Formats: sequence, C-alpha cells, structure tokens
Amino acid sequence: MNPVLTAVIVLCAIGAVCALLLVFAAKYMSVPVDEKFPAIRGCLPGANCGACGYAGCDGYATALASGEETKTNKCTAGGADVAKALADACGGKYEAVEEKRAFVKCGGDCEHTARRAEWDGAKTCAAAKLLFTGACSCAYGCIGYGDCASVCPEQAINMINGLAYVNAARCTGCGMCASACPNGVISIVGADVPVKVKCSSRDKGAETRKNCTAGCIGCGLCVKSCPSEAITVTDNLAVIDYEKCIGCGACKAVCPSKCIVG
Amino acid sequence: MSGAMKMLFILFTMVFTENYVLVQFLGICPFLGVSQRFDSSIGMSGAVIFVMTLASAATWAIYTYVMVPLGLEYLSTIIFILVIAALVQFVEIVLKRYIKPLYKSLGIYLPLITTNCAVLAVTLLNISESYSFLESCVDGFAAGVGFGLALVLFCGVRKSLERAKPPKCFEGLPITLMAAALTSMTFMGFTGIAEKLFG
Repeated sequence: MNPVLTAVIVLCAIGAVCALLLVFAAKYMSVPVDEKFPAIRGCLPGANCGACGYAGCDGYATALASGEETKTNKCTAGGADVAKALADACGGKYEAVEEKRAFVKCGGDCEHTARRAEWDGAKTCAAAKLLFTGACSCAYGCIGYGDCASVCPEQAINMINGLAYVNAARCTGCGMCASACPNGVISIVGADVPVKVKCSSRDKGAETRKNCTAGCIGCGLCVKSCPSEAITVTDNLAVIDYEKCIGCGACKAVCPSKCIVG
Repeated sequence: MSGAMKMLFILFTMVFTENYVLVQFLGICPFLGVSQRFDSSIGMSGAVIFVMTLASAATWAIYTYVMVPLGLEYLSTIIFILVIAALVQFVEIVLKRYIKPLYKSLGIYLPLITTNCAVLAVTLLNISESYSFLESCVDGFAAGVGFGLALVLFCGVRKSLERAKPPKCFEGLPITLMAAALTSMTFMGFTGIAEKLFG
C-alpha cells in the first residue's frame, strides 16, 4: 500500500478513536454547568478581594448560582451598582449594601509615641513585628511601614508621620489591609458609625500613657458619660457596642486623651 | 542489570540526575505557574504523574502494536501529541465528575498539560531507549515524580522569596527565574551519581 495513504489512514483512525472517546466521556460523564453562573460572575468586579467572605469572585458567584448564598449585597468593593445587577441576575430582591470602611485603631504617630529602638531591617511591618514587636514604644499600635498601604487595591491608605491614614473617599472596605496588618490595628467598620476608639493598647493606663500620649488609658470616663451604656472597658481599652450606640457623641467630648473620634 | 535494578535505575535517574524540569528544562510553564501555593503544586504534581504514566502506557501500546507493524515510526511525534491531548481532555472530564476538589485546585493548569513538552518528551524517550511496557510506565511515573519534586521544592523557595525584598528591578518574575536557576544548579550535583550507584 502507498506509505502516504497508510500514514493518513492510521492518523485519521487514531484521531477518530480519540474523538469518539471524548464524545462519549462528554456525554455520559459531564457535569451540568449552572447557566446562571456566567451571568452572575459577569456582574462582579473581579477584584478577588475576598470581602464577601468567599475565595474570590468565582467563589461568591458559584455560591449565588447554586443557591447556597441568597444575599446579593455582599460585594462591598462593587457597591450598590453590583448589588443591583446581582439581584437582577439572581432574581432576588435588591438590598442596600452596608458601606464599610477600614479604620486604623491607633493614633500614635511619631509625635505621640517614642521609639525604643532603631529598626534597620526590611521596611515591612511583618518583619519588624517579628523582632520584639517592632521598634515602636507601644507594642499594640501601628508599626508604620505601610504593609496595609502596599496591599490596598485602591491606594486608599497613606502613611503620614509613621501612622496609616485611610482615605474614606477611596476605601471600599474590602478588608485586605486588615488582614495584612500584623498587629490587627485596622478593623472594618460601617461607614456611618458615629464614634470609634482610635487605640488598640491593652496595657494598663499608666503604661499606655508612658508609651503614647494619644492612647486609651482605660479611665472609664466614656463609660460613665454614655447614656445608653454602649461602652465597656475591656483589657484597659474602651470598646463600643454599635448595637446600643445612639451616636450622641458624649464619650468623644469627655475622653481625656482624645482617642474617641468621629 | 537485573529487571528490578533497571527499574530502580530509571526511577533514580528520572527523579534526580535527569530531572525533566531542573536538569532538562522541560515543562517550565507549569513549573513557574503552579508553584505559588503548596496545595496546588501537590495537585499539579499528582495530575502530571497520572498523565505521564498513562501517556507512557498508551503511547507504548500504540507504537508497538500499530506504528511498528505498519512502518510508521516516523509519525511518532504527531501521533503521540494527538493521543496525549485526547488523554488529558479525558482525564479532565473524569476529574470534573469524580474528584471535584482536585479539579478546582488544578483550574486552568490541567489543559496546559495537554501540550506540555515534558509529557511528550517522556513518551518519545521511552521509544528511543526501547523500554519494555513496564519500564515505560515506570519511566513515566518517575518523570512525574521528578516533576513533582521540583515543583514542591520550588514552592518552598518561592515561599521564602515572598518574605525577601529583592531590588525593585528584580521583583516578581526576574527573581523567581534566578531562584529557579539556583535550584536547578543544586540538581546538577546529582550528575554521575546514578552510574556509580547502579553501575
């Protein structure tokens, strides 16, 4: 037989066998793809920030498509537009997104705190934290090398005078900074909460005062001033219960170290 | 060399001295792509071991029983590519149906093995070394293990790289490639050991 013909026939035969195998596999072993998934995934911004609580946008879209997740307002990075689009795609009711913002629970910039050592290592908070919790006099506060600023997808964090500041206009509340901060100084709070405690120190009052002039000394004046009993002092640190807070601002006025801010 | 010794020799050379990724520089794409996370590098290694062993078996059978009798040895590259591509697609369908977590962790990388040169190289090497069926399977398996070893080792290297702070111009891929080169150099140290061990 003509060698060229043999080659063509054999190649075609092997190709046909492979094709048949795949056809049967696709027919009898395929998994039905949820038709809603591409539509839902298309609504999401694709930032894969994880603020919704799922592993990336794909995870959230899968959960929505399969019906495990019913809330369409979990994408804080996308905001109201995405929530509306998701509600349309899923056929559910539109609910407003609770706007969230990152908040730095520390007021200890270079003017308020002292340095107890010189840090000459890599200029990252994670590295500084490894060695005796950093060079700052306060072990609980902002370390100041901007690990949060470098992970922020919106460039919403500025490092000024050794302290992180959140630009509320840019912040989407995704929470990447909060998980990047080795000291857990950043928390994600509702955008409209009236008062926040700008300190994380759990040292005793005298110790805190020695380390930082802007810290919460746990004096309890705010607790006494609060008409709705929303504030407690836990571990020498004022904690506000936002379920009870009525937003009167009395605590802000009495705080001696001005660490309760609006 | 007895049969069992030959198997051990193949296993040792493919994993260490002739490691496909670090010594022969085949399959670099998944090596760089999937080595960022430990669990996905394990998953990828599993898939590669599986596909290489299966491909070795399938191509050996086709070569010996179809291509040699018809005198079509010169078509080995094109036929092997065809068979491997179909095989990987088939494995993907099976994984998607039966082993969902593995399918998820492999993601887009499973189709990448379809046209991976390392898999093709294993099957072509089996032929050129005129291995028996069992030796071919062991060769495929060992090449997969070697690939997995390189991937997992390099995953550890990259974990350390994340904490290091290279000069700005080397950040990302450049420093990763440099680390890959250094890892590859360590494997050069195995050269000649196999012959002494099994010689």
